[in-house]
Amino acid sequence: MKDVNWIALSIFVVLFGFISWLGFAAARWRRGDLDLLHEWGLGGRRFGTVVTWFLLGGDLYTAYTFVAIPALAFGAGAVAFFAVPYTIVVYPVLFLVFARLWNVCRKHGYITAGDFVRGRFGNRWLALAITITGIVATMPYIALQLLGIQVVVGALGISGGGLLADLPLLIAFVVLAAFTYSSGLRAPASIAIVKDVLIYITAFAAVIVIPIQLGGFGKLFSAVPATKLLLAVPGPNTTGAYSTYATLALGSALALFLYPHSFTAILSANSGHAIRRNAAILPAYSLMLGLLALLGFFAVAAGVAHLPEYAAGFKQFGNNFAVPALLLHSFPSWFVGIAFAGIAIGALVPAAIMSIAAANLYTRNIHREFINKNPTDKQEAQMAKWMSLIVKVGALVFILFVPTEYAIQLQLLGGIWIIQTLPAVMLGAYTRWFNSWALLVGWAAGTMVGTAMAVAVHLVAAYPLKIGGYGFPGYTAFFTLILNLGVSVILTPVFNAMGGRRAPSDATAAADYLG
Amino acid sequence: MKDVSRKHRGWSWWYLLFIIQFAVILWPPFYNKVEPTLIGIPFFYWFQLLWVLVSAAITAVVYFATESTGR
Repeated sequence: MKDVNWIALSIFVVLFGFISWLGFAAARWRRGDLDLLHEWGLGGRRFGTVVTWFLLGGDLYTAYTFVAIPALAFGAGAVAFFAVPYTIVVYPVLFLVFARLWNVCRKHGYITAGDFVRGRFGNRWLALAITITGIVATMPYIALQLLGIQVVVGALGISGGGLLADLPLLIAFVVLAAFTYSSGLRAPASIAIVKDVLIYITAFAAVIVIPIQLGGFGKLFSAVPATKLLLAVPGPNTTGAYSTYATLALGSALALFLYPHSFTAILSANSGHAIRRNAAILPAYSLMLGLLALLGFFAVAAGVAHLPEYAAGFKQFGNNFAVPALLLHSFPSWFVGIAFAGIAIGALVPAAIMSIAAANLYTRNIHREFINKNPTDKQEAQMAKWMSLIVKVGALVFILFVPTEYAIQLQLLGGIWIIQTLPAVMLGAYTRWFNSWALLVGWAAGTMVGTAMAVAVHLVAAYPLKIGGYGFPGYTAFFTLILNLGVSVILTPVFNAMGGRRAPSDATAAADYLG
Repeated sequence: MKDVSRKHRGWSWWYLLFIIQFAVILWPPFYNKVEPTLIGIPFFYWFQLLWVLVSAAITAVVYFATESTGR
């Protein structure tokens, strides 16, 4: 404990205390009856364009992203910038598909993607597959947010083993669990505003101050090895790094809004128009993420990996320590406190939304569907509150007792799994053509083959696909989505023929999708 | 045309504008180079950051074109 940075720690604690109070106070904000699931779990669908911007921004651009993307730039170089095309192509998807889904979910009182699929296709087993995929993909994501807190707490000088080192994480966790339980989605929505101010200040200060300290961008980039500065030009008979980069961006973009926490934040908006407007204004966060990715190169140029005072941090957290080390190296302690508080609070916002989203899924699509078919409104909301606690305890146990790389690998697998829900959810927003059993088989095929492919390459994102001697390396999630779609398209007429001429069930009407 | 399109708001030809950003940003050979640099930043990085702004502008154009017609 002798290396604790007391100034930074004090500012960190004060800011953390403030948002804890804010989280509890949020229960009174745009007051609603928190004994109703859509009030607790969707903030009463009352958030306008601006609050939705903060909420989605805090939800999608997580603390882990802010640490991991620069860490990837620091370690692997140019490929980390895939985050920029990723967050460019994601917004047409939001604009075209999710405004429609907002409309139909509002009309029918749907709270989860499982609710929508259940109504649209009338198949509770398909809805169950969507639900389980959502919950399983979300769990490691919550764990990674807690990892983000662990990294900055370690960087503040609280390190070593035993209970004392884990104490800050436990405190943060208890605060998170308590305000999520009492305030529901209103808590992360209000905290997201504070977090964004802190993160924006940090990002812009870092991008202006550090290049000046290091003698300008030209000098800074010349310190980066040439092999890391650009994507490797593909050799003969392969699309090489180019197809890896493009499919990582496209696959991640198609997967992003299928995650339960994205869906929950979208449904909490007060209109489909607010969603469409956000597709145009959320790229402000993409710009910030791109700038933060550059911090990985700044860390290379500043040479923080070779400074003895950061050796212990790099040993414990690997490349994820690059950004905290760079901030400690470049800024006075008081500013480090602000920046680290931004990252830690930035972890609480998505962690809260993720646990709420997983709780909504369990409550609506497993408990109500299979266990207690007629709960009262109050029972339903209470079940969701308890589930949000259980989900978070699971994530905490995971991060404290399981090696960190498992959480990272599971999150990678989670991306492959969640994209398999695309045909039912996103195409379902436009067409009822698919047979629900064909979708279920397609989902199973994509999930199993995707998992096998990922395991075969020892759990890295890219798979070296070869077709007739020609190499087409790319993101496993993207390849298995194509497989899933192919299976669904081929089996739909087959299953329709087997099922006779019964009209497919569909609780929604075409007009429900238009706002 | 304007009033008719309101009735079937499932589709608008304006949506085709989105193809531009997909085509440009998902084709790395376009921008995988160092020169020309901008205030010392390699082309690869500033070009993609610039396209964040361009694509946001395209989305705004599509928004105003499809929300205001026939209202």
